[in-house]
Amino acid sequence: MYRNQYDSDITTFSPSGRIHQIEYAMEAVKQGSAAVALKSKKYAVLVSLKRSSSELGSYQKKLFVVDDHIGIAISGLTADARVLCNYMRNECSNYKYIYESDMRVERLITKVADKSQVHTQRYGRRPYGVGLLVAGYDQTGAHVYQTCPSGNYYSYKAISIGARSQSAKTYLEKYFDSFEQCDLKELIVHGLRALRETIPNTDTGLTTKNVSIAIVGEDQKFKIIEGDDTQDYLNLIESGEEAAQPMQQD
Amino acid sequence: MMMDDLKLTALPEKEVPISHHRFEPYVDNGGTVLAVAGSNYCIVAGDTRMSDGGYGIQTRHYTKVFKLTDKCVIATSGMQADTIALRKRLDTQLRQYERDHGKSMSTPAIAQFLSNTLYHKRFFPFYTFNLVAGVDEDGIGCVWTYDAVGSHERVRFSSQGSGNQLIQPLLDNQVGKFNQQIVDGPRELSAEQALSLVKDAITSAGERDIYTGDFADIVTIDQKGVHFEKFDLKLD
Amino acid sequence: MSSEHFKYPVFGQVDYFKYNNVASQLASHTPSPSHSQELGAKKRTVDPIVTGTSVIAIKYNGGVVMGADTLLSYGSLARFNNIERMKKFGKSTIIGAGGEYSDFQNLSQVLDDLVVDDGCTDDGTTLSTTEIWNYIARVMYNRRNKGDPYWNSLVVIGHDNNKSFLGKVDLVGTCYQDNFIASGYGSHIALPLLRKAYKEDMTLDEAKTLIQDCLRVLFYRDARSSRFIQLSIANADGLVITEQIALDTDKWDSGDSAKKKKNQDGRKKKNNYRNDSTQVILEYGHNVV
Repeated sequence: MYRNQYDSDITTFSPSGRIHQIEYAMEAVKQGSAAVALKSKKYAVLVSLKRSSSELGSYQKKLFVVDDHIGIAISGLTADARVLCNYMRNECSNYKYIYESDMRVERLITKVADKSQVHTQRYGRRPYGVGLLVAGYDQTGAHVYQTCPSGNYYSYKAISIGARSQSAKTYLEKYFDSFEQCDLKELIVHGLRALRETIPNTDTGLTTKNVSIAIVGEDQKFKIIEGDDTQDYLNLIESGEEAAQPMQQD
Repeated sequence: MMMDDLKLTALPEKEVPISHHRFEPYVDNGGTVLAVAGSNYCIVAGDTRMSDGGYGIQTRHYTKVFKLTDKCVIATSGMQADTIALRKRLDTQLRQYERDHGKSMSTPAIAQFLSNTLYHKRFFPFYTFNLVAGVDEDGIGCVWTYDAVGSHERVRFSSQGSGNQLIQPLLDNQVGKFNQQIVDGPRELSAEQALSLVKDAITSAGERDIYTGDFADIVTIDQKGVHFEKFDLKLD
Repeated sequence: MSSEHFKYPVFGQVDYFKYNNVASQLASHTPSPSHSQELGAKKRTVDPIVTGTSVIAIKYNGGVVMGADTLLSYGSLARFNNIERMKKFGKSTIIGAGGEYSDFQNLSQVLDDLVVDDGCTDDGTTLSTTEIWNYIARVMYNRRNKGDPYWNSLVVIGHDNNKSFLGKVDLVGTCYQDNFIASGYGSHIALPLLRKAYKEDMTLDEAKTLIQDCLRVLFYRDARSSRFIQLSIANADGLVITEQIALDTDKWDSGDSAKKKKNQDGRKKKNNYRNDSTQVILEYGHNVV
């Protein structure tokens, strides 16, 4: 027997007013490894945890460049994310072709949300099984957005998605008040510390192999920092620990 | 019947074309560009005058040289509206290439790509006369010269545009050292010599060609990147 | 009939848009079949009909001023005397149009739609003048590619983020920015005056006076212009398009006010308008030439 008789197609509501396929898609987002996004006044930062399918394989890419001023972190089905990423790149490219300027972050997010929504209402479609964290910078400042398979999108000061992201959120909720005035380095360290919360204690923790960082902001094109380049930032997590402790007790 | 009678007059029987002023999609905004390549540099110059297709100057500050990558520029004279459309196409595609491949397109690849782009509009061409200039993967200076529909050739130096006829023979003689009985000094110009020659060349074109003048962009490309500099020409 | 073979682009010789189908049939003595599909099947601006003349604009210290007269001509007929050729788009942009007025009205609808859609995104930003200008340039270029141009030259002014903008787009998509721009006959008559008279950091009053002087000179020479003008201003305070202004060219009045008065000695007073009318030209001309 199926768990539920209203979950086999996207165009049917359950009697309790839910569309189960969408909720299942949202579950797919929670299966992916964690990603954290946070922003200050001038910068937005993405931090993510990469997984590899086996010792033999490479780590799955989690961060993507959309344009010089926008980038994304993904959690969920990577294949779906690539489709959305290509779509976003295309939109930014077209916008630049027509207006000779960078697309406003919220305008791009709205486009993605509208596209996702179509997949929640048409027969024979399936929602995107991926959630995005979008970091961007435009004339209204730094932005962090989250998009969902449902077509919803939210603007955040700091957020995380993916496996065990609740732990990261707890960290972010504790410190987000200070983010606005943070410089870029402090912001990255906060991001990494939040990300660290999502790793089970038994694991190896954050390493140069499984972490990727991305930054964007005022006079700073979207840039992904990976591999050995992350070492400096990983070192910083530990060094500032004492300073962070007293605040934790507040 | 009446019509036939009228035809017996002395008026010649010939078709009188209705004067039909039709839309002309092409305008020649003029301008001159030139480039000289050396073993480790490339120098490009283009004036910044934009004519209105006749004797008028629309603006004195329209730059004809565009940076495509850190190692490559395109210099275009001809119709400005087509130039902009062409530049936007290239720029969009090159950005996409950069994202997809994680590196910029090489200068020789851009040269071929421009040819393809021009040829695709073979039957309604971009009225543009292009030079692609820069350094290749080995840091060697290179120049490609084109016609409007994509024929192209890699050369050591070239010029395009309204002052082409004034400049090309000068470059043939001074850079190519063609048909010289006695060549004084080394055959290749140093970057400093090339820079000063290029300035003289574009100034000379401005002396006689009414479509060339105002200011010049002098662009130096080497391994370090693309460097723009402004240079005064006559405003008359 | 035009050759089917491709010709290398020689100005005015290649029939890219198959105009000759229409033109040759019109010119032919043999009547073409009335059911011909090609003839007149496609409608496009191949000739401007109701036209506006020059638009002039200059940047000044803190903004941009643009001026144009309010006349629309039907060939050589002064058809409409009080039509605004400058229009606001959004909160920071004004466009002044020369050329076919119906094309401008059509383009205005397109741009109004753009502005409305832009407002509907409701993200706290609006399209800057630069962006609107770039958009117009794409529209104009696309229409020329179809052989169906908007037969206009458009001067775009604006002021946003403490920056003044002044740019121009024409019917083939040529677009540029400058500190002063004149379209139509203005590019022949006013531009040389502007080149001499323009200086950076002009005050608003100086700029307005300069524009009016240029339009006055144009009125003296451009037979498709009028002495009734408007000025528009874009600066940090927003956008203004003035009421109609009558340029002071009173010696060129017609009707009663122009009746020649007798001098006391009974002789006709010698006309001095010729001197006055060239006054401005000389004033500038003296400095210019």
